[in-house]
Amino acid sequence: MEKRVTFKGIWLPLLLVLPQILITAIFFFYPAGQAIWQSLFIPDPFGLSMQWVGLGNFEYLLSDRYYRASFVTTAVFSILVTVVSMGVALYLAILADRLIKGSGTYRTLLIWPYAVAPAVAGVLWLFMFNTRVGVVTWYLGLLGYDWNHVLNEGEAMGLVVVASAWGRISYNFLFFLAGLQAIPKSVIEAAAIDGAHFWTRFRTIVWPLLSPTTFFLLVVNIIYAFFETFGVIHTITSGGPQQATTILVYKVYSDGFVGQDLGSSAAQSVILLFIVSILTVVQFKFIERRVHY
Amino acid sequence: MAEHTGMVEKRGAGLWLTHLGLIIGVAFIFFPIWLAFVASTVSQPEIVRPPMPLWPGDQFFENYSKALTAGVNAPVALMLGNSLFMALGIAIGKIAISLLSAFAIVYFKFPGKKLFFWLIFLTLMLPVEVRIVPTYEVIANFGMLNSYQGLILPLIASATATFLFRQFFMTVPDELAEAARVDGAGPMRFFFDILLPMSRTNIAALFVILFIYGWNQYLWPLLITTDPDMNTIVMGIKQMFPSGDDIADWPVIMATSILAMVPPVIVVVGMQKLFIRGLVESEK
Amino acid sequence: MATLTLNNVKKSFGKTDVIHGVSIDVQDGEFIVIVGPSGCGKSTLLRMVAGLETITDGEVQIGGRRVNEEEPMARDIAMVFQNYALYPHMSVFDNMAYGLKIAKVPRSEIEERVAQAAKLLQLEPYLQRKPRELSGGQRQRVAMGRAIVRKPAVFLFDEPLSNLDAKLRVQMRLEIRALQRELGVTALYVTHDQVEAMTMADRMIVMNGGIADQIGKPLEVYANPATEFVAGFIGSPPTNFMTGALLGRSAETKIGVRPEHITISDADRLKARVTYCEALGAETLVHLMVADGSKITVRQDASLPLPEEGTEVGLTWADADEMNFDATGKRI
Repeated sequence: MEKRVTFKGIWLPLLLVLPQILITAIFFFYPAGQAIWQSLFIPDPFGLSMQWVGLGNFEYLLSDRYYRASFVTTAVFSILVTVVSMGVALYLAILADRLIKGSGTYRTLLIWPYAVAPAVAGVLWLFMFNTRVGVVTWYLGLLGYDWNHVLNEGEAMGLVVVASAWGRISYNFLFFLAGLQAIPKSVIEAAAIDGAHFWTRFRTIVWPLLSPTTFFLLVVNIIYAFFETFGVIHTITSGGPQQATTILVYKVYSDGFVGQDLGSSAAQSVILLFIVSILTVVQFKFIERRVHY
Repeated sequence: MAEHTGMVEKRGAGLWLTHLGLIIGVAFIFFPIWLAFVASTVSQPEIVRPPMPLWPGDQFFENYSKALTAGVNAPVALMLGNSLFMALGIAIGKIAISLLSAFAIVYFKFPGKKLFFWLIFLTLMLPVEVRIVPTYEVIANFGMLNSYQGLILPLIASATATFLFRQFFMTVPDELAEAARVDGAGPMRFFFDILLPMSRTNIAALFVILFIYGWNQYLWPLLITTDPDMNTIVMGIKQMFPSGDDIADWPVIMATSILAMVPPVIVVVGMQKLFIRGLVESEK
Repeated sequence: MATLTLNNVKKSFGKTDVIHGVSIDVQDGEFIVIVGPSGCGKSTLLRMVAGLETITDGEVQIGGRRVNEEEPMARDIAMVFQNYALYPHMSVFDNMAYGLKIAKVPRSEIEERVAQAAKLLQLEPYLQRKPRELSGGQRQRVAMGRAIVRKPAVFLFDEPLSNLDAKLRVQMRLEIRALQRELGVTALYVTHDQVEAMTMADRMIVMNGGIADQIGKPLEVYANPATEFVAGFIGSPPTNFMTGALLGRSAETKIGVRPEHITISDADRLKARVTYCEALGAETLVHLMVADGSKITVRQDASLPLPEEGTEVGLTWADADEMNFDATGKRI
């Protein structure tokens, strides 16, 4: 795509792109390059010199029990976050779409958790489930259930999943509602006249027509669960207990900054970079397809 | 029946069930925040002796003024200021550099344009979390730890906004630029007089999204602000938890959490239309 | 007010030539219409005069001064665009005043000139409105107003009426012409509509594939088309073309006769079968088919008897009304 008209001049446009070039070069390309470079070295214990190890860091990582466990943790975590937040959002969107009046009010009531930072969401949920003062913990205790996410790995995972999914419902709800409202009402009415009941209509008409939105949200939510949930995990569990909630991004942080293992952290960054690239390509392929709809 | 919408039938009991379902959903969304609000209005002893009350108490002013003026490590008012500065810096900075470069890409032919275009395309892929260690080193080498530049600059090094503006500029009819040329306007005059005013809604929508993005940053400020006076509110909350076995000052922490939510929530709810538009456009 | 001269103006994009050398001397105050089908290069030619496209070869002079290298602003021209190109965020007043503001014309003079133009175009009640609050015809007038306030030497129009409905188009056609006469400004007007060209032009340039096939007064062009293309493009319904073979002449030639010059009679030059008749009220169009399958249209007065569909009739015309073209389409 090109404009028919262009202004003349070479220096002016170069001047215009200069700020972005500088900032991107210094704060993006240089660090990204560094990450790749550092992933090929091991620093000595005093940080004075670097030793070339080629793909050694990667080999070590992939054979590392903890890193492989972190992969599994990340997969479980992202799938759960995606399914929970999309499921609840779709349910609410279907209900709101049924309303003739008032869907706007519910939308206003439902969208604003988007504005709550993941880290703050983590603090809110931590407070509810705190082992000493948490309200939910206390009532669960009355029911005879002894909640302790500090020790119980499954409960820790459950809590970070719910806290991460909670803040994401708004976003998914908005897109699902928009997707539902974009389905021509005449199509659904035609099916109703054909005698299809609600569930049949949903399965045979609404769901297929909604699939572009669903697929898009799937990718976006996985990216969210991978990268933007750091705050939730750091505030609630700090990756524990026994690394049960250490997702890949958290491990980059804890190995790089807490453990000071720069080579390994850089190699992990490169692996993440690779995963994001794949997700992005998937997303773009999908967008291309959507354009042809 | 023109007013038929949605899934066709919803009268009587069905309608009430629909409302009930939505109200349960809204309650689920609200409950954690309600609890935080309640906790921010009661005293510490009321919280540490469970179960805590579910209705607000009378300590609202005490807790909030304590949080704002003293906090735990640093006054929350200061952290709010830092967050505001960071969020505005990211939103305004990113919009400014993106507008300029999108203008250059769309309205000029210059050497290296293709290359530049692909380079910024690459940046779409990588969140700051992925290149965190080397970026930290860059900031440290520039002496930008504990500084606003350090908080802001790495987070505006991405091209999402450039893409958005490029898309929009492509839809501006060619004839407008030609008419401006015939009227005697040079490129920058055209940019400021015609293109910028026409981009107003796009700029505003993007501002909402970027403001929230900036305000909610956690990992990055956590790494580079070691000085409590430079903490942002979102990361500052976690710093308020005591290490070891001490009991956290829950009323103050919850008051801080509420304060951390208020500005972005106001932006989202107040600018709902622009926000939704910004979301949809930036994901296209 | 000025003369406009195109001297063998050429345009190529890379190796593709899109304008093959057009020359014309436009008199002061003359209204020239450039007409042709889409893709013939007419808009490109106009945009070269405006300074929006570079001139590959040849020369454009305005008021006797070479302007090839000048910016649009410096050429003393004003342009009306097909989609009007009004600045959507500016009021009607600001749209018209923008060019003057850039030229640093004093505020009082800007107001005076805009007021004058608004009065002339009956836009006075709308000066504070935004373009989106106006009807299509009003937007068209604002676009004209923006051109008028500049007091340019030459008006350039790029298909200014094509976005209007048919009725408004006829009305605006007259208005534009009246306005141009009143202001006495030289005008160059591009259209694909041959009726617009016929009714508005002092002289017209008929373009075909980047070549100016013919330049002349509308009635001259109509009566004496220089090429087969011009004969076919100007006039509605178009000229009938017959192969030489059909009339027993050299197969190389083509013979063109306008529909109104053919009469249906027994003294026949050509036999044809009536396919159907369109009675339009004042006149009737009779559609026929001849032996080799080509179609002929005859336009006759409504008072003449209608031939019956399906019957065979004879066609005849005066020798003087015949137009002969060679194999390359040139008039013989």
